[in-house]
Amino acid sequence: MSNGILVFAEHRDGVLNKTSLEAIAAAQSLAGATGQTVNAVLLGSALDGLAQEIASFDLGKVIAAENDKLTSYTPDGYTDGMEQVIRAEDPKYVVMPHTYLVRDFAPKLSARFGKGLVSDCIRARVDNGEITLTRRIFLGKMDADVSATGESPVFVTFQSGAYRGDQAAKGSGARIEKIAVEVGEVRMTPEAPFQEVKQAVDLSKAEIIVAVGRGIKSKDNIVLAEELAKVLGGDLAASRPICDAEWLPIDRQIGSSGQTVAPKLYIALGISGAIQHLVGMKNSGTIVAINKDPEAPIFDIADYGIVGDLFEAVPALTEEIKKRKA
Amino acid sequence: MKIIVLMKQVPNKDAILRVNKEGTWIEEGDLSFEVNESDGYALEESLRLKEKHGGEVVVCSMGPQRAKTVMKDALARGADRAIHIVGDQLGHLSPFQSASLLADALRGEDPDLIMTGLQSDDYGYAQTGVIIAEILGIPHATIVIEIDASGDQLRVKRELESGWYQWYSMPKKALLTIQSGISQIRYATLKGIMAAKKKEIREIVASTDGLKPSHQRIQRIYLPEKTKQTQFLGDGDAKRGAALLAEKLQTEARVY
Repeated sequence: MSNGILVFAEHRDGVLNKTSLEAIAAAQSLAGATGQTVNAVLLGSALDGLAQEIASFDLGKVIAAENDKLTSYTPDGYTDGMEQVIRAEDPKYVVMPHTYLVRDFAPKLSARFGKGLVSDCIRARVDNGEITLTRRIFLGKMDADVSATGESPVFVTFQSGAYRGDQAAKGSGARIEKIAVEVGEVRMTPEAPFQEVKQAVDLSKAEIIVAVGRGIKSKDNIVLAEELAKVLGGDLAASRPICDAEWLPIDRQIGSSGQTVAPKLYIALGISGAIQHLVGMKNSGTIVAINKDPEAPIFDIADYGIVGDLFEAVPALTEEIKKRKA
Repeated sequence: MKIIVLMKQVPNKDAILRVNKEGTWIEEGDLSFEVNESDGYALEESLRLKEKHGGEVVVCSMGPQRAKTVMKDALARGADRAIHIVGDQLGHLSPFQSASLLADALRGEDPDLIMTGLQSDDYGYAQTGVIIAEILGIPHATIVIEIDASGDQLRVKRELESGWYQWYSMPKKALLTIQSGISQIRYATLKGIMAAKKKEIREIVASTDGLKPSHQRIQRIYLPEKTKQTQFLGDGDAKRGAALLAEKLQTEARVY
């Protein structure tokens, strides 16, 4: 009979991904509510140090699944390794962080069990031992409560920030179980990860950011945001579609594939607030959103909102601030 | 090089969504639809690969008759033909179920490359492509931002988090999920639109009978709970809102 929660801890070259701690916190929270044990799994080679680090958390055991073919991440290698651990452990739930790495191999892994993942969850609730997971759909416009049915294991991934990594409970030293896993043919060869260009603009230290999204409509209109940023002494930034269209350079991009910022003031102009953008700025001090769609998800995290035409609001805002500063 | 592009039709990004009576999905009757954004980039990249290396681009979409608009548009932009897996409820299948139907439809085509967007803008599962690769037994790469198909092997640049990238090499028979922004999307020309009228859209009527049961069920959908109490300013008057905002930012939030 399937039992327990298996949590996948992600690392790169022996450095733990911080979302792995969030996944541990998520798994512990589910375990507490369902009366189950949490075991963690690490994949790689020479995992001793990392296994020790993970063993400090309140876990049943840490499974260090080793094979030389797992030294660098590949979807083929990780899927083979994880599949063996899951078949041996027979957990009820497999919990993973919704990172780019997990997105790359976890659907392949779950497919080996004839199913998909309950992916990118933002929270979980347990009633009478039954888990309800909440996913964000329609680019953040709606939430869906989902029940996972059928045979174990249930594969769940949690969005970055859904749980707090610093709330992962420490324990008295979990047992470490080192196992050698078999890995079949690995068809892809990874090269070393790299950063494109040294980022010219570091927005992480900016105190005030004025960011533009799709609602700005054309490159020529960006000057409106520029003027607002100038009068506030702030920096200009953008959501992904603006950088994709090359209206602003990519080092101005905020979000999961760009920079993560937490300025004192964040003004979002014509940004609807897709999850990928929100994760990059939701910890800002004061958030202002100007958008014509009253249901844009950006308003869910905004302190101040103006529902209306940004082409009217922004010049008026710039003028008014100028007057007040004078 | 034979490339199949999987494209999904999703509700328009700007559409105002309303929850249906049962509370289980949105009211679709009065919605307008468009192509899933990253699938549009997958098509563009396929067309560019064809222009460079020759071959054929086949578009495949699954859904009700309205999904034909997506395919016609793709044909107008330069795709050679289309496959439409027809069914009214296919939009609500689980990722594994969708992938199973798509894999069945594609097996006979034996493509060199299958491309699709990195996730859909409706359900946002981000799984279907990868599961298809697993079912068909071919390697895959996700969140691809550049493709080099000039050598014996396929070389793809994957986006990692926080501005990091990584190149992977793999055999040419593969599935790639494409990140938005990989290239600038072309417009359909008038000539293209005319030519599209003569191109084939083959219909496959899909049977969901043999599918494994879904392992996830939506209980209900709803507007996200607000984490902050937003002060809405101006009451629809953008200029008045701006004046109030300038005041509040100075006196309440004290950010300037």
